[in-house]
Amino acid sequence: MVDNKQQWKAWLYLSPAIVLLLVFTVWPIINTIRMAFLEGYSGLQAVGGINYSFGFGNFVKVIHYNKFINCLKTTILLCVLTVPISTFLALLIAVALNSIKFLQKGLQTIFFLPYVTNSIAIGMVFAAMFNIVGSFYGTENEIIVTAGIINNVIEFFGGQSVNWINYGSTYTANIIVLTVYIVWNALPFKILVLLGGLQSINTQYYDAAKVDGTPKRRVFTHITVPLLSPMLAYVIITGFIGGFKEYSSIVGIFGETMGPADDARRLNTMVGFIYDALSTNSQGTASAAALILFGIILVVTLINTMVGKKKVHY
Amino acid sequence: MKIVLQNITKIFPGRNKKVDEEVIAVNDFNLEIPDGKLIGLLGPSGCGKSTTLYMISGLQKPSQGKIFFGEDDVTELSTENRGVGLVFQNYALYPHMTVKQNILFPLQNLKGDDKLSKQQMLDRAVYAAKLVQIDDLMERKPSELSGGQQQRVAIARALVKMPRVLLLDEPLSNLDARLRLQTREEIRKIQKKTGITTVFVTHDQEEAMSISDMIVVMKLGIIQQVGNPQNVYDDPVNLFVAKFLGTPPINVFEGSVKEGKLYLDGTAVMDVKGADDREVFVGIRPEGFILDENGPMQCHLNNVEVMGRDVSIVSTSKCSVNPVIRSIINADNKVDASCENVRFSLKPHKVFLFDKQDEKRIYFEVR
Amino acid sequence: MSESNGVMQNRDMQRIALKQKILKGTALFFVYAFLIIMALIVLFPFYWMVISSLKTLAEYRLSAPTFWPRQVMLSNYAEAFTAANLGKLFVNTMYVGVVSTLLSLVITVLSAFAFARLEFKGRETMFGLLLATMMIPGELFTITNYATVTRLGWMNSFKVLIVPFLVSVFYIFLLRQNFLQIPNELYLAAKVDGTSDLKYLWKVMVPLSMPTLISITILKMMGAWNSYIWPRLVANDAAHQMITNGLRNAFTDTTGDVNYPVQMAAVAIVSAPLFLIFVFLRKYIMAGVSRSGIKG
Repeated sequence: MVDNKQQWKAWLYLSPAIVLLLVFTVWPIINTIRMAFLEGYSGLQAVGGINYSFGFGNFVKVIHYNKFINCLKTTILLCVLTVPISTFLALLIAVALNSIKFLQKGLQTIFFLPYVTNSIAIGMVFAAMFNIVGSFYGTENEIIVTAGIINNVIEFFGGQSVNWINYGSTYTANIIVLTVYIVWNALPFKILVLLGGLQSINTQYYDAAKVDGTPKRRVFTHITVPLLSPMLAYVIITGFIGGFKEYSSIVGIFGETMGPADDARRLNTMVGFIYDALSTNSQGTASAAALILFGIILVVTLINTMVGKKKVHY
Repeated sequence: MKIVLQNITKIFPGRNKKVDEEVIAVNDFNLEIPDGKLIGLLGPSGCGKSTTLYMISGLQKPSQGKIFFGEDDVTELSTENRGVGLVFQNYALYPHMTVKQNILFPLQNLKGDDKLSKQQMLDRAVYAAKLVQIDDLMERKPSELSGGQQQRVAIARALVKMPRVLLLDEPLSNLDARLRLQTREEIRKIQKKTGITTVFVTHDQEEAMSISDMIVVMKLGIIQQVGNPQNVYDDPVNLFVAKFLGTPPINVFEGSVKEGKLYLDGTAVMDVKGADDREVFVGIRPEGFILDENGPMQCHLNNVEVMGRDVSIVSTSKCSVNPVIRSIINADNKVDASCENVRFSLKPHKVFLFDKQDEKRIYFEVR
Repeated sequence: MSESNGVMQNRDMQRIALKQKILKGTALFFVYAFLIIMALIVLFPFYWMVISSLKTLAEYRLSAPTFWPRQVMLSNYAEAFTAANLGKLFVNTMYVGVVSTLLSLVITVLSAFAFARLEFKGRETMFGLLLATMMIPGELFTITNYATVTRLGWMNSFKVLIVPFLVSVFYIFLLRQNFLQIPNELYLAAKVDGTSDLKYLWKVMVPLSMPTLISITILKMMGAWNSYIWPRLVANDAAHQMITNGLRNAFTDTTGDVNYPVQMAAVAIVSAPLFLIFVFLRKYIMAGVSRSGIKG
């Protein structure tokens, strides 16, 4: 009797969540898989009553699509560059923060600041910093006068200014700017998690190492890093997942052209590809790409947990 | 290696540097620890014994005073340059390393002239492991070991670099009762074998008494008494030390001295020649009672506990400070548990008098 | 042992002590130097944003940059405010943020309560399935949701910005964990006293879970403030545009000959509320973030 009442009540409380999840989470999963396997599915034509045959056509098309391969390359390149750099820097900063008392709280707050930003808005600041004024679209003979602070600094030290993001810039230069921005953006979360991990390590291990006269570097490699490995694994996994979903930092710096004016979409990513396909009503292609993205994230997570089982302690 | 602590004081600053929140953990501590001995620092929690140990190790710096190892002033020397081995209360074994890696770790840190070859390191590690009988566990991780085994690994790790001084922080507190007995004998044996000056900290008086060459009883950062365990037990300098040592604990009474006699509850129970007339605390060890039909001291009998070769008589008396009086007598004595009262006479050398105000010992002639 | 003792004794203790003091001092110096340099690098974009926003265009374009504006141009802010129509964008975003946060909190509290306290068939299975959906990237949902909201005729409305994201499995999980820490005896005692579930929830569970609820509120509001992709797809008209989209659309060019001072002023205006929230509620943000790894 009471049990029945509880059952009924539980489902009542859950009903708003369940209805919304069914419509906006469960159905999309089913439908996206369905669309991915319907050859050349397009939302517009589907309304017109066209029937699609079942097959792997969308996946084949996506994989053979040059644009997609480029997106995949850029995405992976950004992941491979930003995750190790940001993890390493965050680890150094967290360890340094953990070793000081005076100013610790204040510095910690400063290092967290980039987290509470709008990635599009601050992307625009980075664009300004790396800009060159005077290089206009299509006009190659323009005198280049730099007004971006980064180039000003390079020139101050006697270097040659670099065309980072403007018309005619190189892919490498673009990637460097993106890497700097993404690392800057990724540091706060990693520092927060790693510092939390460091602070939970029993200080007795450090005392024991001190009694044994362990050099600082050896304490770091033989004690800190192994004991921190669960947290490191965590920030690396979330870093890769975030990296594979990179999109808005590029919009922030380059705008929706996803690249410098002379080569738009050059820096497009997986997520960007999906949205492009969606806006041209190629839902079949978009779904296939989304499933591939999901597959990659799944594989990366699995590899990480497998490696983690060997390397991560406790 | 002789260790000398000279006027050691440790003050922990209060939060926000407020003077009124300062804690004096150790106060003007003077002690000379002879070479090759096993010393127990003993006291209730918060008495500064661990702080003292950490100051010897170099992990904490004294606020005032000096520490000498032999003739060397090591006060300003950081821990890695002191050549000490330290066993932590929770052992602090590195959880991600095997037993072997844990024991090798200190050796791999050696630099310059002290540097060892791989084989030398391994030999030393195996030697240390054999010493504590864990040489068959070398490939295990700490999480796969029992508490007693972890403890041995921790000792091996401390011993492997052949320290000048071995320090143990509550080495037995994380072990169960049976293992504790066994391990403390083990520690004693290892210490004898290696001859390393060893200092350990404990709040368990039985533990300290059973294995130490010398015990240091501390209270609120101040040394109460130093000496051979049996001497301290037989000759406590104040009520605190008398109460802290011995199981079952000493029985304390309120009494008075008048004309060379000790009065409890208005009855003269013993001659105490040489003590001035005054109000006193009287401490009587449980084994200081003699069952005696004509004894001067009468108590109300509660119950009788037979414990093998001893009998413990639990009784009460108006002048007792403790709720009950515990006396231990030989089991040969027949006690009628149904009696209402029991009478004792006292062994004078098991009876201690303390001043009511400062709780210091008052001596009298024992014949 | 004796060999080691001899070596130690022969060393000059004073010299070692001095050496170790110097070593420690230099190490500390380098640690602080590293941290302060890194902190300056982290802060630099914010500094550059603010001083650029206060410069005249001519000063901004000087080839020798100035690190403090010669003439403080507060008018850039006024210009940015009108150029990007930030007032309207601000109202839109706040409306979406507040409504979706309130509704989301109600749904989250009810679901978390059911999962934490009520006994019903299939509770564990259901919860497990919910957690599993957290693995799936949001883009996968977006494709179908785009079609769904089109069919529902919700395009270019506030509904479309609010409804699809009301349920967050992560928030339900977070709050459920918090609810589980509240002793069940309290619930049973309330039952004995005849307190209704909802009253108990409101009077006991909610107050005891305030820190988590505040964390959720802040993260949800930050999410609305920073959302870009979905609004661009489904509600990019002037009447419903969100602040990030408006900002991006108003200043389409990020390179070339752009009026950067005005653009930076707009960016500063958009960033300011986030900083204010951070200054006052840092504790809750950091607590929520360290458990999520999700930005906004």
